[in-house]
Amino acid sequence: MKGSRWWMGGLLVALAIAALLPPRASRWPDGLDRVAERLGFQRRERGRPIVAAPLADYQVPGARGAGWSTSVAGVTGTLVVFGSTCLLGYVLARRSSKR
Amino acid sequence: MHIPDGFLSTPVWAGMDAVSASAVGVAVRRVQRTLDGAHVPLMGMTAAFVFAAQMINFPVAGGTSGHLLGGLLAALLLGPAPAVVVMTTVFVAQCLLFQDGGLTALGANVFNMGIIGSTGGYGIYRALCRLRVGDRSAVAIAAWLSVTLGAGAASLELGLSGTIPFRMVLPAMLGVHALIGVGEALITLGAVALVRRTPSELFKAVGG
Repeated sequence: MKGSRWWMGGLLVALAIAALLPPRASRWPDGLDRVAERLGFQRRERGRPIVAAPLADYQVPGARGAGWSTSVAGVTGTLVVFGSTCLLGYVLARRSSKR
Repeated sequence: MHIPDGFLSTPVWAGMDAVSASAVGVAVRRVQRTLDGAHVPLMGMTAAFVFAAQMINFPVAGGTSGHLLGGLLAALLLGPAPAVVVMTTVFVAQCLLFQDGGLTALGANVFNMGIIGSTGGYGIYRALCRLRVGDRSAVAIAAWLSVTLGAGAASLELGLSGTIPFRMVLPAMLGVHALIGVGEALITLGAVALVRRTPSELFKAVGG
């Protein structure tokens, strides 16, 4: 299947975005956060999460605010999302071939 | 537009969990019937791209930012059912690993930012194509609508939760997301143009 490996190029683009662009991304609040601030319901947000996340706010614990911290979190997330989607896909595809 | 824990009342988040779980269930069964193992890496790549792109907030007017949602983009590349599966893995990872979006609000977030774009946005795109609207215009309009419809759904959920009156939150959300939707349209157009320069017949084959 010619060209079937080009998904690797796409994955590399995603990794490059996650590694290189976070320092340039806007730090302004997003649409919902801005509306919540302006209309005064931001305080409703639960202070402590129900389940503590290992890379909360896209930062490596102990390196909050460091330039590379978000990039490391982003690359980790990109690989985890790629891996878990592929795993799920192979499980679903195997079931479809059994039919 | 990720809703954190605390913004939605229990009946609303539980209801949205049920709605999204049913929709994801339908998508998973459809993918099971149609997915070829050779196309799995394309799903993974799409998920990776949507996740990475969602990290990159772009500024819009008034000290506010937005980011790609990507539901329509995923559906254009993979078809609606695999797109729903892809978007769901992205939101689950964001919630569990990065605390982006509340655990209770997961169903609402999957619905507002994933299912609406991947099914509703894609349906709008197909309808516009049948009406002989040009392909690029159809992509742009469907991308913009998928963001504004998502903002509308989030407003409805917040209103029903008693967090903020619907008539107050709807115009505020639509105003901001009308601008963010322009970014969604531009990024979706760019990504689709890039993919179409590659041997993309693979993508069409995933279907679903």
